[in-house]
Amino acid sequence: MNTSVIETSSTGTSALEAARLVLARDIRLALRKRGQLIQPLAFFAIVTTLFPLGISPELSRLRDVAPGVLWVAALLSSLLALEFLFRDDAQDGTLEQHVLSGQSLTWLLFAKTVAHWLLTGLPLAVMAPLAGLSLGVPAAALSGIVVSVAIGSVALSLIGSIGAALTLGVKRSGALLSLLTLPLSMPVLIFGARATELAIRGAGFAPPLYLLGALAVLGITLAPLAAAAAVRISLE
Amino acid sequence: MSRLAVSIKTQSLTLRVDTRAYGAKLLNLRDSRAIVPPPTEPMPERRLQAENLHLWRGDRHVLRGVRLCVNSGECLQITGGNGAGKTTLLRTLSGLMYPEEGTITWGGENIRRDLQAFHADLAYIGHEPPLKPDLTAEENLRYWVGVRRKLATHDMNRELGRLGADQWGNRPIRTLSAGQKRRVALAGLLLIAAPLWLLDEPTTNLDAEGQRLVGTLIEEHLARGGLAVAAIHHELTISPAVIRRLELSSK
Amino acid sequence: MAWTWFHRLGSPPYIYGLAARLTPWFAWLAAVLIIGGLYGGLILAPPDYQQGDDFRIIYVHAPSAWMSLMVYSTMAISAGVGLIWRIKIAHAAAASCAPIGASFTFAALVTGSLWGERMWGTYWEWDPRLTSELILLFLYLGYMGLRSAMDDMQRADRASAVLAVVGIVNVPIIHYSVLWWNSLHQAPSVMQLAKPTMPPSMLIPLLMMLFGFTVLFVALLLVRLRAEILNRERAASWIREAVTQ
Repeated sequence: MNTSVIETSSTGTSALEAARLVLARDIRLALRKRGQLIQPLAFFAIVTTLFPLGISPELSRLRDVAPGVLWVAALLSSLLALEFLFRDDAQDGTLEQHVLSGQSLTWLLFAKTVAHWLLTGLPLAVMAPLAGLSLGVPAAALSGIVVSVAIGSVALSLIGSIGAALTLGVKRSGALLSLLTLPLSMPVLIFGARATELAIRGAGFAPPLYLLGALAVLGITLAPLAAAAAVRISLE
Repeated sequence: MSRLAVSIKTQSLTLRVDTRAYGAKLLNLRDSRAIVPPPTEPMPERRLQAENLHLWRGDRHVLRGVRLCVNSGECLQITGGNGAGKTTLLRTLSGLMYPEEGTITWGGENIRRDLQAFHADLAYIGHEPPLKPDLTAEENLRYWVGVRRKLATHDMNRELGRLGADQWGNRPIRTLSAGQKRRVALAGLLLIAAPLWLLDEPTTNLDAEGQRLVGTLIEEHLARGGLAVAAIHHELTISPAVIRRLELSSK
Repeated sequence: MAWTWFHRLGSPPYIYGLAARLTPWFAWLAAVLIIGGLYGGLILAPPDYQQGDDFRIIYVHAPSAWMSLMVYSTMAISAGVGLIWRIKIAHAAAASCAPIGASFTFAALVTGSLWGERMWGTYWEWDPRLTSELILLFLYLGYMGLRSAMDDMQRADRASAVLAVVGIVNVPIIHYSVLWWNSLHQAPSVMQLAKPTMPPSMLIPLLMMLFGFTVLFVALLLVRLRAEILNRERAASWIREAVTQ
């Protein structure tokens, strides 16, 4: 057996391999700048701490508002993380090279969004139970919270990727980004909070979770296309 | 320092094994050719042509009926003062910008028909080298070039050595000087091994030796049948026989 | 040859002149329909057996709410046309739609809230239609915000067009998710007047108002489109001739 035959110095990279490289690069970069990773999580923790201080320390009252608090906080912190999604790549010319790579831009941006979700959405889902406990959520409901936040944040990352790509040409884009992204995210908030609420009550929370999943799937199919169009426009 | 280098080496080793597995599984590749360094492969005859390009930026008429033609083995040198539209022209030729009027053809076919295929034939290096400050030179090349084509470590080391950049391959880009970054980017350009080079001020920040090296690299590229379009202030040190010139006036 | 009309529709001077000629027709038609509709609705129609005269705000509220969606669709379609075929005039039309649509949305919200005060005793109730309307207003504000944040007109056109298309895909999702959300938290709203069970004396003025608002939108769009073209083509020579005429 000749094992060294596949020395493919002249072949192009397959789409799958290209996506894997984009994903690996973003994760490696994020791990080198851990401060940026922690910011949205710290923000999430702080926002959920504000509510008991603003409403009441009684866990029974907090439990009623917990779904809303958790999801609004998740929405805002995912928004905070979005600013990093394309900004650095746009500044150092990496985004331009993605467009000119001969690979499908939609596909590469999808890989970037997956990396973004792994680095921000997934940690959020892991942290949400802690915040839930501090809001009086019973331990039995925590798994429901993890699952709903994990799925919901997929949709949030995807919707957000459109907003982040659209505001690439804008200098101070924070407020505009939220104005563009939040109205589109409202269905995620509705279904996510509903799933959390049902989980807290100990009821079956599968139906809103399915709807959340449907939003995520719709996002996976359409959002990268829109983000790719927006990225091309920002480079025109 | 040495431990760092070792760990990176092993990483790159696993990466290579990985890509082989991918290639073998997905594409069912059976390539029994000897290891051929990419730049020496002959390239098919090609022509980049632009007709009557017009482009406005707001009220500014930047490109006013530009026409040009570059064949395999030729280098087009775009000159002109600041704001004459050199970068705009390069970006338009690359397909990044969309001219209001006019067409660009590559090998006789409008580049808009299959932009992705055109981009696979194209290497574009803008004003700033497209490198991530927080990654090392080698990591940058591995990702940047790797997205386009399979990158073998020995190829990378050879080209980095060619550019005199091998001794700082393990250093993060942000610790390099502007000229050193430029050299790393030029190594990437060679590794991409595309027939068409679009270069925006490729000699910026380079010392005299580096500038001569750019001339040599372009000459070699042309000798292999490649094409180059370069926006440039200084005269390139290459044979006048293969150079075409395009002067953009800023009004 | 079949395409000449299409190309002429993309030509700013032609559209500029056409809009000028068409505006009075639409404006007068809108005036007649709206005055007739208001007369029919506010004076001729009998009071509602439950709500008395309060229901008459429907003659402004319902057409405004209808227009808010209709203008958004028009905006998204013309933005999409501009995006796909790179027709500048389509972008100009989309840009002209946004403030008109936002105004209709705002009017629908204000009239809805006034109506709510009479019906529920509060100016704001999280009724699903009002909530959807509010989110729609945010979508309009986002669109206009994105436009104004970009200095480069072409980039603003194309980026906002992507947003409009994304928005129109999301409008039904938002609408149904809000309906679903509302059905969990409260009984169906009482605001269900616009049913075909309305007597003709009430329905005909409402239809006249709906149609009148639509025509009014076209007239406003033509006026704004002319202004938009003037702004965009200010450097072109035909503008000087058109303005000094």
